[in-house]
Amino acid sequence: MSQDGDSDGAAGANPPPTEARSRAGALLEGLPFAREIGIELIAAKDGEAELRIPYDARLVGDPASGVLHGGVVTSLLDTCGGAAVMTSPTRPLSVATLDLRIDYMRPATPRAPLFARARCFRETSLITFVTAVAYHDDPDSPVATAIGAFLVEGRKRAPREPAPEKDASS
Amino acid sequence: MNQNRLEAIREREAARDAALTRLAESVPYIGFLGAQFERMGDELTARLPFDQRLIGNPLLPAIHGGVTGSFLEITAITQLAWDQAWALIEANEAGAEAIARGEFPAMPKTIDISVDYLRSGRARDLFARAIVAKRGRRVANVRVEAWQDERDRPIATAHAHFLLAETTATGAP
Repeated sequence: MSQDGDSDGAAGANPPPTEARSRAGALLEGLPFAREIGIELIAAKDGEAELRIPYDARLVGDPASGVLHGGVVTSLLDTCGGAAVMTSPTRPLSVATLDLRIDYMRPATPRAPLFARARCFRETSLITFVTAVAYHDDPDSPVATAIGAFLVEGRKRAPREPAPEKDASS
Repeated sequence: MNQNRLEAIREREAARDAALTRLAESVPYIGFLGAQFERMGDELTARLPFDQRLIGNPLLPAIHGGVTGSFLEITAITQLAWDQAWALIEANEAGAEAIARGEFPAMPKTIDISVDYLRSGRARDLFARAIVAKRGRRVANVRVEAWQDERDRPIATAHAHFLLAETTATGAP
């Protein structure tokens, strides 16, 4: 997910930020704690966001291993989920986390940046459901996977219903 | 009861409090957030003094969801780590001395954690307590609650599993 999603694929030399990226960026700007721990926006497109957090010795959880605290991963995934929610073309006014579950697949690597990707997989009028991963080099071999539900307010457009299953008789 | 005996009792409590402080101070992220622990026997209550740096939504202002999640996880892990340290202190003199030197068993590692956000965390101190539902040989199951002004209106709860460091039969690392 290296290009913002609006164009047909022909990337300009310096494409202007897409609406998705602007909305994700605006969310991040408005979160002092996210800036405090150094979270950066990498990419965004409709329904998806990617963030990065640089390694910081102040955020270590286990002094023996030097690995970032699980709470930092929670903060990164929560922020990434919120950012993905805000990139939706339904244009919500605000987002609040209802629940977030994180499963740890493998230990994080000390002294390495951590990335997160989140994707909205279902939107209703009030709720957006999101899946996310936190990883160092390979999103298919993540440090952690996550799933969350977010309460959304003020959607400007109704969410699209998923396409109906094709009827065998038609 | 003579004065020496009373002093010994006070020293015992102070040594345990000092060990807890040392455990908390060994984790950089705990210091970064500013979390503190109070102990009553072996039960811990965590406190997160409010700070502008911890905010998510500045309009309310509300504590960032990641801070709340972090605080719940920290409370659970510290309770588990403290329980292991406590067992060593109580087991024998060698255990107590090891803890006094800051030689704690390895920190528990999170297997999974699920956080329920109930209310926004407002601009005031946050408290949390962990209940260890089951401590097995290698895995612990813990529930945590966090509240501000009213204990009966928690702002968030979490349910998590942790992998415990291997210890010998006596609890030594």
